[in-house]
Amino acid sequence: MNLLLFSLFREKKRRRVVELTEKMVVDGGRDGGEWDGRWNHINMFLERPGPFTHPDFEPSTESLQFLLDTCKILVIGAGGLGCELLKDLALSGFRHIHVVDMDTIDVSNLNRQFLFRLKDVGRPKADIAADFINGRIPGCNVLCLPHPEFHIIVCGLDSIIARRWMNGMLLSLLVYEDGVLDPSSIIPLIDGGTEGFKGNARVIFPGMTACIDCTLELYPPQINFPMCTIASMPRLPEHCVEYVRMLLWPKEKPFGDGVGLDADDPEHIQWVYQKSQERAAEFSITGITYRLTQGENTHSAILNSACATEVFKIASSAYIPLNNYMVFNDVDGLYTYTFEAERKENCSACSQVPQDLYFSPSAKLQEVLDYLTENASLQMKSPAITATLEGKNKTLYLQTVASIEQRTRPNLSKSLKELGLLDGQELAVADVTTPQTVLFKLSFTS
Amino acid sequence: MAATKASKDQKYDRQLRLWGDHGQEELENAHVCLINSTASGTEILKNLVLPGIGAFTIVDGHKVSGEDVGNNALLYLSAECSKTSRALIVEQSCFPDKLLDNDPEFFHRFTLVIGVQLPESTCLRLGSVLWNANIPFLVCRTYGLVGYMRLVVQEHTVIESHPDNALEDLRLDQPFAELKNQIQSYDLEGMGKKDHSHTPWIIIVAKYLDKWFSEHNCQLPKNYKEKEAFKQLIRQGILKNEKGTPEDEENFEEAIKNVNTALNPTKISSGVDDIFNGEQCNDITSQTPAFWVMTRAVREFVQNNGGGNLPVRGSIPDMIADSEKFINLQNIYREKAMQDASVVSKHVESLLQSVGKVCETLFCKNAAFLRVVRCRSLAEEYSVETVNKDEITCCMDSADGEMVLYLMLRSVDRFYQQHSRYPGVYNYQVEEDISKLKLCVNSLLQEYSLNVNVKDDYIHEFCRYGASEPHTVASFLGGCAAQEAIKIITRQFVPFNNTFIYNAMSQTTATFQL
Repeated sequence: MNLLLFSLFREKKRRRVVELTEKMVVDGGRDGGEWDGRWNHINMFLERPGPFTHPDFEPSTESLQFLLDTCKILVIGAGGLGCELLKDLALSGFRHIHVVDMDTIDVSNLNRQFLFRLKDVGRPKADIAADFINGRIPGCNVLCLPHPEFHIIVCGLDSIIARRWMNGMLLSLLVYEDGVLDPSSIIPLIDGGTEGFKGNARVIFPGMTACIDCTLELYPPQINFPMCTIASMPRLPEHCVEYVRMLLWPKEKPFGDGVGLDADDPEHIQWVYQKSQERAAEFSITGITYRLTQGENTHSAILNSACATEVFKIASSAYIPLNNYMVFNDVDGLYTYTFEAERKENCSACSQVPQDLYFSPSAKLQEVLDYLTENASLQMKSPAITATLEGKNKTLYLQTVASIEQRTRPNLSKSLKELGLLDGQELAVADVTTPQTVLFKLSFTS
Repeated sequence: MAATKASKDQKYDRQLRLWGDHGQEELENAHVCLINSTASGTEILKNLVLPGIGAFTIVDGHKVSGEDVGNNALLYLSAECSKTSRALIVEQSCFPDKLLDNDPEFFHRFTLVIGVQLPESTCLRLGSVLWNANIPFLVCRTYGLVGYMRLVVQEHTVIESHPDNALEDLRLDQPFAELKNQIQSYDLEGMGKKDHSHTPWIIIVAKYLDKWFSEHNCQLPKNYKEKEAFKQLIRQGILKNEKGTPEDEENFEEAIKNVNTALNPTKISSGVDDIFNGEQCNDITSQTPAFWVMTRAVREFVQNNGGGNLPVRGSIPDMIADSEKFINLQNIYREKAMQDASVVSKHVESLLQSVGKVCETLFCKNAAFLRVVRCRSLAEEYSVETVNKDEITCCMDSADGEMVLYLMLRSVDRFYQQHSRYPGVYNYQVEEDISKLKLCVNSLLQEYSLNVNVKDDYIHEFCRYGASEPHTVASFLGGCAAQEAIKIITRQFVPFNNTFIYNAMSQTTATFQL
């Protein structure tokens, strides 16, 4: 898309702009190519006192230096949202930005991820994003390697699981001395996302404010159609697509063994599209479209800008940061609602309070598994449950390794009593949504 | 050709899901004018070019400064030419005032004009020209940590408003003939267990409603008590096993859960009623926009064919049922919707020539959600006689809300008029400008007889801003402005009316009708 950006200027003006930029870079003198007025817009907020500044704020010419030379920001995600964040941060004075993203670039990314060009297709996103910003914003140093010490972390993700993982990571870094939280171990996490015309932005100080898991119910669980509908009673085109994605793909392995469905690969989507049409025809269902098959939604950059503003506020102490959650909806006019999300007393991620499970001793292990995945406050994906039985650590059920899954599958239909679990027993649960094991206390109901 | 379409679809496909092919077509046929490519302007541009806007004209007389190169993404990202650019870009290197002086009709060719960081006088001049030419005008401004947008459009009609929580149109209180037949074809007591558990909840509610009607003089369950009783009636219908315990019949549970909304009487909302009663609906001529022709046609339908109701919408939510039962039921609604739409079509024909088959079906489907947005002109907002005193005074009750930011923006404009510059641009000016700005605030309040108090803190803060345009605020505003522009161009979703303020300090926003 920068394709277009450029042609926005006539040749003459373009040359003038490039000359000006080059001249400033060359004559700038200092490292990183500074020029007169470059940071004027930002200096208003760093060098001047004001009535609404943070109580800790002190106007000085050194704040800019901190932003430019010292402050390290980690941006997670170099997709559509990550790109916007990189641009926002680079143009707000941040120079030491690390970006992490595992995806490679695809053609359908080009319309919303403006740092990428046609020739970048196939290369890792984080590399390209970093190159692009570094090559164009003098002095900026975007790196792709994770670095242990960051001042602030900001997410440009579209996955709740990834967010929860990051959340868990930062919580695990907290240091407590005699039960008191050491503030220097807190790394603020700024998170924002938009889908279509709705989005939110939030500021999290791990250990102090509400964390991602404290407000998990605000992220409604993704609609999962019942298996019987998918397998034998489809009614909507969506059911047909899910059937192909979930049941047919693993069975037919159309692109080879172990090749997972890649929503960004047009060939994969084409296959799903065709098979979905066949399935739909069987049941006289209309409405399968290519787009329906892809199942993703547009992201816009609005909330990311709000996140970048928060990064600036926190790094500079120029203003009190958002406290702590902003909801945005512009389907009908523009509507926002800003509130202080509260910490959950028994949050499974940040409360350090052991979680309770209440089940009858005759309940099957499957019921416990269902609870862990379906409960709105837990929303686990594929939990692995272990317990200490007779002094030994025993895996009751684990999904993610095929051989262990097979071995432990029979346990699902056994009752908790049969498995040897006792009232008050501690269960340790691991899941992709949290880097630390979650401990549960099992209490038997009569 | 096919290849290009496919690759174009691929590239823009994420947007297509929000506003469909027809929305995308409107975008690609649009020609937008952007005045001033400052950081905010650039962000708006980027956010419109990315989803595929057809053409742009940028009007900007300013020269690039070091400051610009510091906060404007465009100037960084513009390093190569594009071969595959789809946007036709034209540049007009002059100030808008010049164009207003010499060639005001220059602006008549645009679908939408977006003015960024405009001085008040230019804004008002342009506003007047565009109002008379009936061209939508979106004013945008980033001033320190404050974002501002003002939409100026005489009348903007929306067919596809895509409301968030729309109620279904099930007609259970007045089932049409085909629906009645379908309901009657079911025999809940006589059917087998599998069929019983896979009967759509709509049928279940309808059946029990029949029972209820016979016992309650054909009156719908009205209050909480009656609705609970009705739910109980349904619950009793759940099959029981040999021991007498109820079976697990999810479809019945769905029926019970949906009683509250399913029994809402079918009626036309007051908003839509107002639209039906609009003046434009009465005098249909060959100049009447398609929206009003169709609205009139639907009104004719309501009065002559629909028994006081809109055309059937035709969609039903998903529900537990076997495929055949669900599809049969869905088809009943769909076919009725098509029938109703063709009756509306005939009305359109008799009023005027046809406005296009697709349009009519879309219109009928969305008839319950039509919206018309009418903004006051800038002249009305700024004139002492017609200023919206009530709104301003009322909102200033919360002295730290967004209204004070609006008053401050008006005040710095006044400052600019008097001093030919904005307050606090240079460090040495900040202190002395505070008292000068305060005079402007007071004169503003006096002129409009606004009996409100503006805290000194805000006057200080606005001097502190030094008319800066920080990138992240420009980016937020640019994102919002682009989405509103897209709403205007595609005529989908509902634009704001008419003043939007963003406070980046507190991350709050407000919309006022000024």
